[in-house]
Amino acid sequence: MSSTRDEKATRIRHFLATEGDAVAEGTRGFNAGRYESVGRLDEYEELKDRARAIKEDAIERLPELVDQLRESVEANGGTLYVADDADDANRYIREVVEERDAETVVKSKSMTTEELEVNDELRAADVDVVETDLGEWVLQLADEVPSHIIAPAIHKSREGIAELFETTFDLDEPLETAEELTMFAREKLGERIAEADVGMTGANFIAADSGTLLLVTSEGNARKSVVVPDTHVAVAGVEKVVPSVTDFQPFVELIGRSGTGQDITSYVSLLTPPAPSPTVEFDAPDVPMTDGETNREFHLVLVDNGRMAMREDEQLKETLYCIRCSACANSCGNFQSVGGHVFGGETYSGGIATGWETGIEGLDVAAEFNDLCTGCSRCVNACPVKIDIPWINTVVRDRINRGEGGKLDFLVEGLTPDEESGGLDLGKRFFGNFSTVAKLGSATAPVSNWVAGTRPARRLLAKTVGVDPRRDLPSFQRETFRAWFERRGGAQVPAARARREAVVYPDLYTNHVQVERGKAAVRTLEALGVHVVVPEVPSSGRAPLSQGMVSTAARHAHEVYAALAEHVDANRDIVVVEPSDLAMFRREYEKFLAPKSFERLDMHSYEVMEYVYGLLHVGAETTLLSTPDGDDAGVAYHSHCQQRTLGLESYTVAVLEDLGYDVVTSETECCGMAGSFGYKSEYYELSMDVGEPIREQFEAADAANRTVVASGTSCLEQLDALLSRPTRHPVELVAPR
Amino acid sequence: MSAGTLSAFERSLGRLDVDSTRTVADELDDALASVTLDPVVGAPLPFGGCSLPDWVRTDPTPAELDEAKTGVTAAELAVADYGSVVIRATPDATEQVSLFPDVHVAVVRAADVVPGMPEAFERLAEWTADGDSAIVATGPSATADMGALVKGAHGPKEVRVVVVE
Ligand code: SF4
Repeated sequence: MSSTRDEKATRIRHFLATEGDAVAEGTRGFNAGRYESVGRLDEYEELKDRARAIKEDAIERLPELVDQLRESVEANGGTLYVADDADDANRYIREVVEERDAETVVKSKSMTTEELEVNDELRAADVDVVETDLGEWVLQLADEVPSHIIAPAIHKSREGIAELFETTFDLDEPLETAEELTMFAREKLGERIAEADVGMTGANFIAADSGTLLLVTSEGNARKSVVVPDTHVAVAGVEKVVPSVTDFQPFVELIGRSGTGQDITSYVSLLTPPAPSPTVEFDAPDVPMTDGETNREFHLVLVDNGRMAMREDEQLKETLYCIRCSACANSCGNFQSVGGHVFGGETYSGGIATGWETGIEGLDVAAEFNDLCTGCSRCVNACPVKIDIPWINTVVRDRINRGEGGKLDFLVEGLTPDEESGGLDLGKRFFGNFSTVAKLGSATAPVSNWVAGTRPARRLLAKTVGVDPRRDLPSFQRETFRAWFERRGGAQVPAARARREAVVYPDLYTNHVQVERGKAAVRTLEALGVHVVVPEVPSSGRAPLSQGMVSTAARHAHEVYAALAEHVDANRDIVVVEPSDLAMFRREYEKFLAPKSFERLDMHSYEVMEYVYGLLHVGAETTLLSTPDGDDAGVAYHSHCQQRTLGLESYTVAVLEDLGYDVVTSETECCGMAGSFGYKSEYYELSMDVGEPIREQFEAADAANRTVVASGTSCLEQLDALLSRPTRHPVELVAPR
Repeated sequence: MSAGTLSAFERSLGRLDVDSTRTVADELDDALASVTLDPVVGAPLPFGGCSLPDWVRTDPTPAELDEAKTGVTAAELAVADYGSVVIRATPDATEQVSLFPDVHVAVVRAADVVPGMPEAFERLAEWTADGDSAIVATGPSATADMGALVKGAHGPKEVRVVVVE
């Protein structure tokens, strides 16, 4: 293990041990709440579409909307300042505070001010800045940074907070319950708010036509911070502007549900500052509030800080649609195990953080945690504005690979390391060229398996490409799936007598490693009367794509389409066993192929069990397939992240149930293996931790004796590592024996 | 507003653990007496035919605001689907009265309960176009930052709704 890998591993291990439980409980709770809450919303998909359309339009027209907003804010009697960068914003805010002779500023939670590090600026000017969000305040006392965008102190346990309060405030009686801790904080912060001269908030959305801010909170601290002092400074990224107040509506319905699983948060403020509410002069406690002259001052600081440039960047632009709800963090296996601060970066966390940090801080900062995304795609459906988050991660990875010179294109083929030609590290090259590895592996199996299993080889693999020695390596089969198919004489159901014709796509793993599932797929389809062919088709490009080798992946896409087009023209269905490859055909290829080609391939491809389901439902007999032996009908099924994102999990379950199996499905988002990620030594512990809930579920009394089946290769490998009993692909269960 | 909307509103309030009472303008005093804890501060109701009883201290001082156990305000709009009450910021300190005391009592006219957010936003857009500010408040203030859900983080610990038919 290299020393940086070592350090990273140690760091992750430390945080898993100290904060993992608190983070897991919080994020998994939010995520489960999200499913429940959006499940109660009949028009969820329509709301997402509307939310997306509003953001697309607003970002498109942003300069114009900012001009309109300036007019509205000024007409209301406030000031709008557009700051170019963090320094500019900080200077402006400091000047406002100094002009008011403010000694204390109270702040309600705002990630944008974290991005600016405005607290440091104000403290340097001798201004006392107090965070009023309870989580932020805890972090301020502990001198830590947020680990989550909406629950900044999610990594802190109740006990940890109690200890922090005790030492900070020298308490006589320790505080114990959450209730005691909350009331203590409320009182302390109430005093600070009462004496504050300036209240600072963020803004979730801003309406250009009226100058209204939308603020989403639960605690009520933003309300108090705005209403008590006479000066309000709101700080927000320039991307928060939308045309009108009516545009807030879908977001109001989506934001709480997406983030914490609340149908709506306690308070949604629509502030059109300056508000007519009187200020509260606690130093004149006996003067009725409404007697005082209310002379409120309002400043809106819109921060560019790289955002206008992101708007011009076709790939990063979508990041600006993000409403910072945190659903992508909560639905991510890795972020469910450790908080965002563990992986580095400056401000943001969650799946979309790569996009934000690239645009705001630069590629270097983004590179620190870009590795983390396994491309499992579980965040895709969670995102209320339908951002393709894994794609942004891939694009950023590609840019990191290319470095400044961008010479990568030449060296992607072949395993021969050519260190001069580009900055791509060996690990990336190894995993990205897994097709070559696999071909070599099969050609030389069992020698390759034996070699790969020896200690010196394992050490070399660990050292050069970072494969963790604790991982079992894929075991290459001497006879590939295609060779088997040829040897047995090709198709056994003649086309003339067939119900349908299908290509079984010989993906990399099915062809070289998981050969049995390929054979099972062929036997199953043939049993159901399908004429099957297994032509030579290039690998899908999934492996290079997950290493950020976008142009290599694109080349694969074109080659795959070229190889399959003729079959599609001949009205053959494309049946895919490996879900991550099917996801390439149905999702990622949209970025690479001409729209018509993409559509044709998308329309004609099926996941193998989806296809079996289809055949059974147009009249094929279930009796042609294998049914459970006696009372051994229990199955524990783990679908595959990408398969679930595509909504395909239910087909497998339905087929198994139709055949008489009793199916329990896994409840985790991701098993934690996802491609090369789980192999890497620095992530080994994290990967196992991500898989922990599935292990628990499948080892619990009601599942412990069930046959374990899983759809994806990496899931099979991970489950094999997690469980003491073997895992098979579901098609192996149903194939005629 | 249909009777269905009002009962949907009450069901939503029930899910939020918010007590609701139906009354008529003439009996508002009694209804308020049974849901408030002394001392009570309030902001004048902008509804014709409805006014706060004289034992509610309107136009409070900061000290009175601080000491009050209950704050009574109007909610000029309510959203049945969510059980939300909408409080408009006014020079009468409506916003503060609804925020500082431990119990917030929102007085809602049945006619102002709308089925969902789309309808609510039609009205909110009109208000904000006139320069107004409003808070869509749903249940009490809450936080989970200290390791478990606690009601009353900075705002009220309890919300009660009085619907005037
Ligand atoms: S990318 Fe989507 S899911 Fe993630 S925080 Fe932004 S809006 Fe939420």
